[in-house]
Amino acid sequence: MIAVRTHHGARALIGALAYVEDARGAAMGEVVELRQPGQPPRRGQVIDASDGLTVIQILEEPIGLAPARVAITLTGATAEAPVGRELLGRTLSGVAAPLDDLPPPIGEALRPVWGAPMNPVRRRPPGDFIETGVSAIDGLNTLVRGQKLPVFSGAGLPALELAAQIVEHARAGAGEPFAVVFAAIGITARETRLFVERLRASPARSRTVFYLNEARDPTIEQLMTPRFALAQAEFLAFDAGMHVLVVMADVAHYCETLRQVAAARDEVPGRRGYPGYMYTDLASLFERAGVLHGRPGSLTQLPILTMPDDDITHPVPDLTGYITEGQVVLSRELHGQGVFPPIDVLPSLSRLMNAGIGPGKTAPEHRRWADQLYASYARGREARLMATIVGEAGLSDPDRRALTFAADFERELIGQGHARRTIGETIAVGWRLLAALPRDDLERIDDATWARRPGAAP
Amino acid sequence: MTTATVTRVTGTLAEARPLREAGLYELVRVGARGLLGEIIRFKDEVATLQIYEDTTGLAVGAPVIATGAPLTVTLGPGLLGAMLDGVGRPLARLAAASGDFIAPGASAPTLDPARRWAFTATATIGAAMRGGDVLGTVEEQPGFVHRVLVPPGVSGELVALASGDYTVDEPIGRLADGTALTLAQRWPLRRPRPVAERLPADRPVVTGQRVFDLLFPLAEGGAVAVPGGFGTGKTVIEQGLARHADADVVVFVGCGERGNEIAEVVQEFPRLIDPRNGRPVMERTVLVVNTSNMPVVAREASVYLGVTIAEYYRDQGYRVAVMVDSLSRWAEALRDIAARLQEMPGEEGYPTHLASRLGQLYERAGRATAAGAPPRTGAVTLVCAVSPPGGDFSEPVTQASLRVAGGMWALDASLARKRQFPAVDWALSYSLYVDATAAWFSEAAGLDWAAVRTRVLALLQRDAELREIAGLLGHEALQDRDRVVIDVARMLHEHLLGQSAYDPIDAACPVAKTGRMAALAVAALDAALAAVERGATIDELDLPALRRAYVALRAAPPDAIAARAADVERAIAALEVRR
Repeated sequence: MIAVRTHHGARALIGALAYVEDARGAAMGEVVELRQPGQPPRRGQVIDASDGLTVIQILEEPIGLAPARVAITLTGATAEAPVGRELLGRTLSGVAAPLDDLPPPIGEALRPVWGAPMNPVRRRPPGDFIETGVSAIDGLNTLVRGQKLPVFSGAGLPALELAAQIVEHARAGAGEPFAVVFAAIGITARETRLFVERLRASPARSRTVFYLNEARDPTIEQLMTPRFALAQAEFLAFDAGMHVLVVMADVAHYCETLRQVAAARDEVPGRRGYPGYMYTDLASLFERAGVLHGRPGSLTQLPILTMPDDDITHPVPDLTGYITEGQVVLSRELHGQGVFPPIDVLPSLSRLMNAGIGPGKTAPEHRRWADQLYASYARGREARLMATIVGEAGLSDPDRRALTFAADFERELIGQGHARRTIGETIAVGWRLLAALPRDDLERIDDATWARRPGAAP
Repeated sequence: MTTATVTRVTGTLAEARPLREAGLYELVRVGARGLLGEIIRFKDEVATLQIYEDTTGLAVGAPVIATGAPLTVTLGPGLLGAMLDGVGRPLARLAAASGDFIAPGASAPTLDPARRWAFTATATIGAAMRGGDVLGTVEEQPGFVHRVLVPPGVSGELVALASGDYTVDEPIGRLADGTALTLAQRWPLRRPRPVAERLPADRPVVTGQRVFDLLFPLAEGGAVAVPGGFGTGKTVIEQGLARHADADVVVFVGCGERGNEIAEVVQEFPRLIDPRNGRPVMERTVLVVNTSNMPVVAREASVYLGVTIAEYYRDQGYRVAVMVDSLSRWAEALRDIAARLQEMPGEEGYPTHLASRLGQLYERAGRATAAGAPPRTGAVTLVCAVSPPGGDFSEPVTQASLRVAGGMWALDASLARKRQFPAVDWALSYSLYVDATAAWFSEAAGLDWAAVRTRVLALLQRDAELREIAGLLGHEALQDRDRVVIDVARMLHEHLLGQSAYDPIDAACPVAKTGRMAALAVAALDAALAAVERGATIDELDLPALRRAYVALRAAPPDAIAARAADVERAIAALEVRR
């Protein structure tokens, strides 16, 4: 890439895009500075480099920019993020500018925010159990280090509250270095406060970095915020050897910004106007989770996204679900009943659960225990649906038993409230619920497992 | 070689000028880092390039070098056990060169250039050779004979050939016109390799999955699409097939999917033992991996790479199975490229050539007599996962696949949510290979496969009808003979069609056991219905004991199948004892 060049005047300014003629040697992703007398300096990046019209995406609010007066400087560099352990405890903007009255972070290194894909053969298969203290996750949709497990929420559902609880409670192994990176993407000040203040009050504070792009901040910056956060998280995990949990909220806002930019460029829209490359773009965020051979740290992601109209087939949750290793789905119905956390375990899934459970990790009988709980609860939910049509009296005996089981399961296993449960406690609650059913209803449990369950007659 | 300069870069596409001498689909090296790209369009003086690597930092004015050849893959010994990216670079050697993260512009030859192979010549000096003729053999993996072939289109009198230790690039012999013969040959991956004659399907690829082998069989040389929303178990099915399918060679194409899942395969396959020869499964496997965050253009190439490698082993006379996970990501790569070219979009933004490209791809599956002597028969079987947005099968990739595939294994989210796996929607799924494979299955299982299959499907159908009635009128509305059907069908759903991929015994079911289990379920139904006919009530039938015996049969290791099946027979005979 060549040196710094400055162009005076833009050919066109359309929304957050600036068009510059004859920007010689412009490079894809090159960082651009826009200056104009009487205006704050702004940053942008090249998204279409051409010997004709070069397109620059302006990362900050473009109000007041004048095509004739703006000076556009191509810096000869692509975007880099300051990263390092000294950033822990800091509160930064979506592009790593200080928001905490401290000087700009220098960090231990500068890293390209776009990252490079991990070589798949260098990945270590994730398999280390993370005890979140939440029964519906630990017991039924187990999270492991290096996994990306999003929370699919609905408007008004307590997804951030759940995330905050997980961050407060999640325990790494004794003495292992642990860090949290929080990327706020277009969420409200109220939501930020809820999360940030809970964390600031907890011991997790000194090991957390906040990257905040709130709803009032420039929207285009939202495309960069998760990447600044992930560059930092990658450094902490793979250079500093820490176990890093990245919480990103809200992916739906990120996708809307992506759509906004695509529309401004007259791109061919895909489903619901979202660009066709949204899958690939989201993958470039989510696939940065993982663990590597020969490096001690791990990068685990807990992205939060709000499903528009609670619709899991909407492009944002749909494409996310195709990339992530499962999902935790919140239920409006359970929330309405006062169940916390209101996790609907049936559509929830952890693809890496099997690697994280079993002897030496959680409990030897964990798989069958979970399979049986799922089977019995699913039957109960089906029976509940049927009962609304034919009445409870119209159900068969096993269906009636499953109906009662489902109610107990939601109240006792899922609805644990704000207390932390160890995995042992979670497993015990499950066995207690299953013991209320006749043995013949428990087809997923073999005799050996049944005999070994806690509280079984010797 | 012609050179030019970059005039524009946008996302994965670049434009360069002048490239008048170059040809369409010619490979180019772009910029100082030598990013790999391909010419996909000429307009006036300007060539449009699709770049296989991340273009961040690529500047206007950067040099472009046309290489004079299309994107090709080097085929030869050393492919088995390899893990390649979408354009054929070995990932392990890329890691050795550029570390844990893939740097753009990195390059490494597909086959290890330093490794020497012991070649045994079998062709006769002085013979007239044609493309496809066997020159000799190399033991590529313990017990696996790699046949070294005359490249397609090459012919002439063999004037030199000698056994010995060679690298893949060293000449092993020569034709009269001076053409050097080597262990490796190059092939453009978008072009199907020629065969002598295409053959109809006549035997199955045994999947080890009861629901497929029994109800929706896969034929050797066949192609099936596996559509399913996220979380319905496509990847588990594809990986299960890669582990257990009775093929000689398996090519697994991880196209635009998850890195962690690939990591699992990479860790597990070398440890997993193929029961047929006692060797690690990895030794018969080629992994082509382009995860979702790797460059999108290489994702488009990865599927062709996988199929080309499969055809190469087919030409040697092997039965090859190709698993693609997922074809939708491939189609999305097409869409991404077409959108950047500002092509007029068809349905859902996909380019209008989607269906024809899909058709061409599926047609590369098939059984065939290979070109050349001695005579060899091989097959490429294709199993493609499809990821329909929102789980809606009316979308273009699923629909275009169904027009050309010989079967559909439709996966259902509601079954997956109940943790009923494989979550196959038996009403929607189909296979066009049922008749062609029935005789083989009957022979292998020692029973009338087609008859059992028909009875099982009838039972499933009746159960669905009855449950619909019960859902409207209540369980009370059903008579005992209907309740018996529902009860036995539940057992069938859970334990015959349901199969655990994580249980070491249940993960792959031998054909004979599948047949036995299906026949016993049918016999149980008949016995229970006969008892009800004689006046027994459902509460008098010991169906729980039957189910326990059936569960035990499902869990039985090979040496215990006969005994556990006998238990089920006894439970059937004793159905009426509970009073």
